[in-house]
Amino acid sequence: MFSFCTDPDSLSDLAWMACYLTTGKHMNFYYAFGTVLVLLAITAPAALAFGFAGASAARSRLLPLSLFGKGYIAIVRGVPDIAFFLFFVIALDQGLEYAKHLIVCPDWDQPIRQGNDFIVCQSAKVPLGNSPQWVHKTYSFFVAVFTFAIVFGAFAANVLFGAMRAVPRTQLETAEAYGMTQRQTFWRIIVPQMWVYALPGLSNLWMVLIKSTPLLFLLGVEDIVYWARELGGTKTARFTDYPHGDWRMWYFLALLVFYLAFTRLSEVVLNRVMGRLTLGQATMGGESQRKAQA
Amino acid sequence: MKKLILTTATLALTAGMGLAQDQTVRLGTEGAYPPYNFLNDKGEVDGFEREVGDELCTRAELTCEWVTTDWDGIIPNLVSGNYDAIIAGMSITPERAEVISFTQNYMPPAASAFVGLTEDADVENGVVAAQASTIQAGYVAQSGAALLEFATPEETVASVRNGEADAVFADKDYLVPLVEESGGSLAFVGEDVQLGGGIGMGLRQTDTELRDTFDAAIQTMKDDGTLNALILKWFGEDAATF
Repeated sequence: MFSFCTDPDSLSDLAWMACYLTTGKHMNFYYAFGTVLVLLAITAPAALAFGFAGASAARSRLLPLSLFGKGYIAIVRGVPDIAFFLFFVIALDQGLEYAKHLIVCPDWDQPIRQGNDFIVCQSAKVPLGNSPQWVHKTYSFFVAVFTFAIVFGAFAANVLFGAMRAVPRTQLETAEAYGMTQRQTFWRIIVPQMWVYALPGLSNLWMVLIKSTPLLFLLGVEDIVYWARELGGTKTARFTDYPHGDWRMWYFLALLVFYLAFTRLSEVVLNRVMGRLTLGQATMGGESQRKAQA
Repeated sequence: MKKLILTTATLALTAGMGLAQDQTVRLGTEGAYPPYNFLNDKGEVDGFEREVGDELCTRAELTCEWVTTDWDGIIPNLVSGNYDAIIAGMSITPERAEVISFTQNYMPPAASAFVGLTEDADVENGVVAAQASTIQAGYVAQSGAALLEFATPEETVASVRNGEADAVFADKDYLVPLVEESGGSLAFVGEDVQLGGGIGMGLRQTDTELRDTFDAAIQTMKDDGTLNALILKWFGEDAATF
C-alpha cells in the first residue's frame, strides 16, 4: 500500500501498523464488512417477503395452502440453523444442477448418483466449472441470501401470523359492516394495522440476523468473523512479513464495537418506525401519543 | 441406425475431450494450516501445497483455480461437485478412502507430535486438544486422554496457551514454527507419533481420469526430485523426503 512498506522489520511501530493494516488480507477484511451489509440489506426485505407469503398462506382458507404455510413455519423453525445451512445449501445446489442437467444434457446415460458422488454433465454445473472466481463468489452469495431468507422468513411468518390475529376483532367486524369482502378486509384493514403488533418481533429477528452472519462461512462466503479469526491468529515470521502473537481478542473487540454500533443504530431507526406505526392505533402506545398531543 | 449411434458416440467423445481441455480444475484447500496451506499477506493461498498444486497443474496442462473452504465441509463439498480436488494436508486413511479416492502421496507419512506448556505435560491421562475430523483427533480419542476438539488448528494451540488443554496433538510440521517462536512458552512433549499413509490429493471416486492425471504428475515430480526440493524448502532440512 505505502511506499515505505517494503521492509516491515525496520519500521517504527506506527508505520508498521499502517502497513500491517493495509495488507491485501486486511483489505479483504474491510471488504467483508461491505459483503455483510449488502447481505443484510438484501436478506431483510427478502425474508420479510417470505414471511408475509408464509403467514398469508398459513391463514388461508384453502386447506392445502394453509398446511403448506404452517408446515413451512414449523419445519424451518424447528431445524437447527447450522444443520439447515449445511444440508439445504448442498441440496439446493444439487437441485439446481440436476434441473439444468435434465435440460442441457438429455442424452446423458450415466446415473446422477454414483456411490457418494453427485455427477452431472460439465455444462450443467452451476456455475460452470470454468467460470471465473467472482461468478462462483456471487453465486454462493446469492445462495446465502436465499437460505437466510428462507430461515428468517419462517420466523417472520410466525411473527406476522400472530400480528394478523392481534388486529382487534372489532376492526374486522366494522369492515364487514361496511360491506368489505374478505380480500378487502385483509389488504385495507389487517395489513396496515398488523405492523404495530409485528414490529417488536420483527426487530428481534433483525437483531438476530445481524449477528448470524458467521454462518456465511459455512456457505463459502468469507464474512467479517472469518477474517477476524484468520487475521488475529498467531502469525510466525516464516509465513508473513508481519509476525504477531494471538491477536484475535483485538479483532473480536473491533467486531464487538461494530456490532454494538450497528445494533444501536438499528434501535434508533426501529424506534422511529414504531412511533410512526403507533400513530392513531388503538393500542396503549397510540393512546398515549394521542393524549400527549391533546 | 448403427452409424447414427456411432456418430453420436464420437461426437460425445470429442465433446468430452474438448471440455476436458478448457475445463478449469478447482482445487479446494483450507488456507489455515501453515506451512501446508495458508493465506499470505495479500490474502492469496500460499504454502507448500500451493507450489505443489501449481506445479502439478502445469505438468498436467490443466488450468487450476484455488478455493478455500471450511475443514468440516471439505469432503461434502467435494463429493457434491463444488470443487474437483482436495489438496489440504489431508492424510490418506482407510476411513476417508471409503468416501473419496486419493492420489499417491505427495508427502511421506508425517510425524504428529504433542505440544504442551512444559515438557512434562500429561498427554496420557490429561486433556488433549486436536482439530476435529483429523487423524490426530481419532488417535487421541482412542488413547486414555480426554479429547478436546476445535474447528481450526489455531484454536487448538490457543487452548493450550490458556490452560484449557494440557497439550495439543497435531502435525509436527505445523507445530515446529510455533514452538520455535514461542520463546520457551511452548514445548514438545514425549515422542513423535507416525500416523496415516502420507498426504495425498482427494478426488471424487468417480473421477478416475483426473486422479490418474494427478497421480502421473506427482510421479514425475517424485522422479525428477522437484517434490523433494519443495518439501525441504517448506519443512526444513530434517523433513522426511521420498
